[in-house]
Amino acid sequence: MTPRKDLLDIASLTDEEIAFVLDNAVPFKDLFKRSVKKVPTLKGQTMLTLFYEPSTRTRSSFEVAASRLSADVTHFDIESSSVVKGESVLDTVETLEAMRVDYIVVRHKQSGTPNLIAKNTRASVINAGDGWHAHPTQALLDAFTLREIHKDLRGCRALIVGDIQHSRVARSTSLIFRRLGMNVAYLAPGSMMPREVPQEIPQFGNWRDAFDWKPDVIYLLRVQSERLDEPFFPTAAEYHKNYGLTNERVEILRERGLHLMHPGPVNRGVEITDTGMNYEKCLINQQVENGIAVRMSVLYWLRPGAVE
Amino acid sequence: MPDNDRTLLTKAQMADGVAALANSICAANQGAESIALVGIFTRGVPLAKRIAAEIMKLGGMQVHFGTIDITQYRDDLNTFQMVPKLEGSDIAFDLDGLNVVLCDEVIFTGRSVRAALDELLNFGRPKRVQLAVLVDRCGREFPVQPDFSALKVTLAPGERVAVRFEEVDGQDACTVQTQASTR
Repeated sequence: MTPRKDLLDIASLTDEEIAFVLDNAVPFKDLFKRSVKKVPTLKGQTMLTLFYEPSTRTRSSFEVAASRLSADVTHFDIESSSVVKGESVLDTVETLEAMRVDYIVVRHKQSGTPNLIAKNTRASVINAGDGWHAHPTQALLDAFTLREIHKDLRGCRALIVGDIQHSRVARSTSLIFRRLGMNVAYLAPGSMMPREVPQEIPQFGNWRDAFDWKPDVIYLLRVQSERLDEPFFPTAAEYHKNYGLTNERVEILRERGLHLMHPGPVNRGVEITDTGMNYEKCLINQQVENGIAVRMSVLYWLRPGAVE
Repeated sequence: MPDNDRTLLTKAQMADGVAALANSICAANQGAESIALVGIFTRGVPLAKRIAAEIMKLGGMQVHFGTIDITQYRDDLNTFQMVPKLEGSDIAFDLDGLNVVLCDEVIFTGRSVRAALDELLNFGRPKRVQLAVLVDRCGREFPVQPDFSALKVTLAPGERVAVRFEEVDGQDACTVQTQASTR
């Protein structure tokens, strides 16, 4: 496969590139069972995480992935840096360029920031979430996780539940699911449903109709708690009752053998309960483990300085 | 086969070579209860499988089989135009204390073997590691020598040994290709 310089979104990947990244993640995951979980692939290279938004798991997942490829890992601390003194993104990038960093992992609240950075550096840029736009490595790890269960994803039905409108995860993950031949439907309160939804995606306003669609997997989105209680949004209790995976709904999943996914971190008692977390077909932990394998596969494929 | 390829080993000679390798390996590991044949991707894998089958025919010791993918250990990975698809190594037995025979179809510079040793040792601490190749082409760049080889050749620069196995390539053949016919 021809190497690319950057990974900015799912939309710009070919089907072959998606398959290449997912296929290579399999041997990377096998590595985790060994006593030595490390390969020398990126020896001498440096990956830097540049997170303008807080993140717990994505950042550490990238850091573990890069470490297992023998890259050196460093973090650009936004809080204590000149950024708070008003340095622009591009000035920061110029600084990183001078440091000869090879991979930059970016998260930013503004959609398109990773694209802007990618244009201005020789380093490979990986989008770790930008605004409502994209979160491509989340989508790849979701697809990889589901592929471990259903060898052929064609015809598999995923119901995505929650704040679709404000979710880059929903955008990237539903895109990759559909690219892999799956059917996707949305369940959300009206205020969280995007205004323009592709025709092929059914939209539901309640669980009963959504269950009638006969999904194979339920993908819960994280509810941004700061959004709840805003005007037009339901309260946490209302959300849980109408759109959350209540214990009764977990029973329906169990009866039908449906799998459950969530990008994390979860809000217990809002989109999911303790019972849901302990549900035997809940894939959250696999998603976390697979995230490292998939990110290793992405780092292995990208090449700093590659001509796009 | 292109016109300017010349045959090094016929199909029958390849089979004889594999049998001879199996015999030498057994003789050199006499007294060992078990042995592991580990093939280096791509064509070391069918070679290791065939040697393993021959050793099992001879009987007398338990035979383990494994594979090694050296892609991530190559010292020239970032000069590749294409990023190789990974096969992954598969060693599903305990290496510790075992006699291991690494198998590759050709040894030339010795770099692949160096890489394979690095990967192999991530799985454990074998008692002894030996190297079996079908063709030993002179021109080492690293101090690595095979313990067992079926054929030793010296070739001109620009020439290349091409070994094909039915399992991978649809036919058995061992030829020398000149630069013009090299892909």
